[in-house]
Amino acid sequence: MNGPSTADATSAGITATGDPWEELVTVALLGTDRRTPPEHSTGVDAPTALLDAAAVQTVRRRAGLRPAPAAAPPARAAGDPRPPLPAPARRRLAMLLTDRPGSGGGRRGTAPDLMELLPQWLAGANAQGYAAPPDLLPALLDAARGRTDLRPQALTFAGPRALWLARLNPDWKFALRSTPGGGTALPAPGDAADVRRLWEEGLFAERVTLLATVRAHSPAAARELLATTWSAERAEDRLMFLDSLRSGLTDADEPFLEQALSDRSRNVRATAAELLSALPGSALAARMASRAASCVAVDRTQGAATITVEAPHECDAGMERDGVVAKPPTGRGERSWWLGQLVEATPLGGWTARFGGRTPEEIVTLPVADDWQGELHAAWCRAAVRQRDAIWSRALLGAPASPDAGGPGAVSLSERAKLLGALPDGERAAWVAGFIATHGLSEAFQLLGVCAQPWAEPLGRAVVDALNIARDAGSYPWSFSGVMGLAERCLDPAEASRLDGLTATPDEPEDAAPGAGSYWSEAFQRLVSTLRLRQAMRDELRGT
Amino acid sequence: MTQQGVRWTADQVLALAPDAPSRKAGSKLGVAGPWSEAGSSGEGMVWGLCKGSGSKPYQTVVDVADAAGPAYKCSCPSRKFPCKHALGLLLLWAGADGSVPDAQTLPDWAEQWAEGRRKRARTKRETDAAGGAAADPEAARRRAERRAERVTAGAGELEQRLTDLLRGGLASAEQAGYGMWEETAARMVDAQAPGLAARVRELGAIPASGPGWPMRLLEECALLHLLDRGWLRRDLLPAGLAATVRSRVGLPSSADGRPTRDRWLVLAQYDAADSRLTTRRIWLYGTESGHTALLLSYGAAGRAPALSLPVGLALDAELSAYAGDGQLRADLGEQFTAPAPSPVRPKGAGVAEAAARYGDALGRDPWLESWPVTLSRVIPTPDDAGGGWQLADAEDDSAPADPAGAASERLAVPITPKAASGPGLWRLAALSGGAPVTVFGECGHRGFTPLTAWPEGPGEAVALC
Repeated sequence: MNGPSTADATSAGITATGDPWEELVTVALLGTDRRTPPEHSTGVDAPTALLDAAAVQTVRRRAGLRPAPAAAPPARAAGDPRPPLPAPARRRLAMLLTDRPGSGGGRRGTAPDLMELLPQWLAGANAQGYAAPPDLLPALLDAARGRTDLRPQALTFAGPRALWLARLNPDWKFALRSTPGGGTALPAPGDAADVRRLWEEGLFAERVTLLATVRAHSPAAARELLATTWSAERAEDRLMFLDSLRSGLTDADEPFLEQALSDRSRNVRATAAELLSALPGSALAARMASRAASCVAVDRTQGAATITVEAPHECDAGMERDGVVAKPPTGRGERSWWLGQLVEATPLGGWTARFGGRTPEEIVTLPVADDWQGELHAAWCRAAVRQRDAIWSRALLGAPASPDAGGPGAVSLSERAKLLGALPDGERAAWVAGFIATHGLSEAFQLLGVCAQPWAEPLGRAVVDALNIARDAGSYPWSFSGVMGLAERCLDPAEASRLDGLTATPDEPEDAAPGAGSYWSEAFQRLVSTLRLRQAMRDELRGT
Repeated sequence: MTQQGVRWTADQVLALAPDAPSRKAGSKLGVAGPWSEAGSSGEGMVWGLCKGSGSKPYQTVVDVADAAGPAYKCSCPSRKFPCKHALGLLLLWAGADGSVPDAQTLPDWAEQWAEGRRKRARTKRETDAAGGAAADPEAARRRAERRAERVTAGAGELEQRLTDLLRGGLASAEQAGYGMWEETAARMVDAQAPGLAARVRELGAIPASGPGWPMRLLEECALLHLLDRGWLRRDLLPAGLAATVRSRVGLPSSADGRPTRDRWLVLAQYDAADSRLTTRRIWLYGTESGHTALLLSYGAAGRAPALSLPVGLALDAELSAYAGDGQLRADLGEQFTAPAPSPVRPKGAGVAEAAARYGDALGRDPWLESWPVTLSRVIPTPDDAGGGWQLADAEDDSAPADPAGAASERLAVPITPKAASGPGLWRLAALSGGAPVTVFGECGHRGFTPLTAWPEGPGEAVALC
């Protein structure tokens, strides 16, 4: 307690006031052999007299403590108008938050991994528009502090009171950084004067956020704002600002980007070229198309039509200006390196005319002369991803059951995963289901990662069937732990009942791996209990 | 006194866990997946079968209505107590989603355990009733006399050491270091005065405790001296104060006060552990009498104390107080209902009142470190000048404006540095959000230790410790 009496006693140097307690402390420190205590009555030795007096003073001082004047109270946290969580959902959140990474460890057993379910719980709560319970905010912020992937959902759910807390505790500073404006309100994107002031005076992070906000509101206004200070910005800032044009990129951005092609910074030039090549109607795309067309042709002189490739012999100044990187990485030939970049930046729509009206499906099945197929198809893949072209993506992916879909063919698994991203959800799930049915699970992890969750029914069934087959083949479940973990998070909870039959421990055939049966049973039990838990979470959040 | 319909909250169940890994493991088992044939009875029994890695499921049964806190039985080999299965089962039960339905009859294996417990309780009651007369009062008196002589010798020796110290000056204590105090504490243990031994041991830490240590050391030496003198002249003290001195010195005492029946609300429960012993303190509030009482429960190192009463529950029970002025300690006697959630909140006071109550209590027991107080309408406030936190009175919006124009000053108690550096502070701050809250805690000369808080509007108690 900070009462006047304690204040006197704790600060040294006011002994001059003759405070009896101060005098006692001084005597005690020096010892009664050197200094006689005050109020020394006869019949008692000096140390005892000192202790007697000190005891009286101690109890008197403690009993007489007074509260201090209060400091100014903190500003009140902004109100949160969202409705509170239903009681069962609140309990569930408290339980999910008790599960911290690093506590426990070892074998996973049959119990669900609660921390892995937190993102899903948060997404569900946000979809329903609930407010976070205040007393759980510290645990929520601590969880989000350790896991950046959780932050957007966690901070949305945590609401205004979390920002209020974050201003009091430096451990949670990330909340202020991750929230647009850090809690200081951004000007309305339409308010030209305020926008202009923040753009000219704001910190870098504030300016990036501002630009993105204005861009979402009016792409043209954002471009104009950027143009006002463009030439005075530092190169790394120009790069970041240019990157903000990626969202909502349209033909209207072309003049600005075209100008950026002659920027002083090579990285800015490359980014501008990349953005322009994603605009099929741009002049840059046309220039690249004509370069690529001069390298790739159909040869009809043989019996069947064949694609012939004549890679560029030099990287001229015009190509470099259009973003082609002249120097290949170690181990790659210059000419194939240049060719890849040309094809990648060429609008895919032009190839049909170039190849006599053939559809993309027909084009990708054409034989390619002189081992150029890998190079050419890989470049088309990158172009399909960059231009988000569903038709070309579909053509390049081919049939999921085709034999070379499984192995390292012309199109690698990571490229397939990216191509799948351009397809609609249902088609994506069906393709991956077909892939798993033919090729099993060992290569499927990356592809499953791009599928929407919960998994569509055919995809879920394909995964479960494949796990079942893997078990029957006598391998251990941890060879599939990645897919198992995904299944726990992404399988539709409605599938749980279908899985019950798999949780029993089967008799082990003689040639099986020792103990594998019970490990599989454990893994399936965990899968089922996780699905049940997710179902419960969903019901609790819906208040049913 | 039916258990049906009043299930605990998950927080209350998790408060039973002996450690953090158990809490985590128990949380994971609080889902329907591994459980079968679960049920609960009106008498507070909860049971279920939990599928583990083996072929035979574990049989888990809990009696939540036991007078000494929940009792557990599980066929798993875990040495944790309660084990994760018991915690998981209670969480499932607390979830009240129908996974643990109310049932009339216990399965045989659970009934056997319940029957065994009933039988043991009967036997104990009978032996207790018969045992009172068996002791030899004359022998007990002689034993007590011998012990009092040893304590007296110890207190005399301690006085000698204190006066020696003050003759040479406290400055020498800084060089002498910890060893001197350890040796003195060991002498007090030999003298069968564990209360003196504990206080002496704490003296050893003061010279290393930062600026102002000579003042704190003098305070504690003076209080120790006061206790010595109190013991040596206990015949001259009033009976209540003499009893307080005896218990402060560390003589065994028993709860022989008249049992008081009330509906006791659990205000706080927290553990303090040293290398040998875990001490659990449970603060109770009589919702009818307004009295506050303290239950203590002990566990050997690594084991949770047996008694567990999670915050926010209330139970209709009798408490028997220990003797001594200013002593709030009591023992839990007969319990008429199982602990059940209660919406009641303790009556609160302002900041000035809290300090005054601690001062009053010191008059009855000068060795008190703190006194339990509920503060109403206080705002957790960062104290920019002191670098810490405080609990400050909220402005009283309803009070009429002072005609003289002198605004009444808002007062504050500092939150102790230890409490302000823990996670509970942030739960408190988050709960408040700058608005007034009700806070129960211990108010003493080091400041206020918040233990439980309630939001301004409706809402459950939030444990901060």
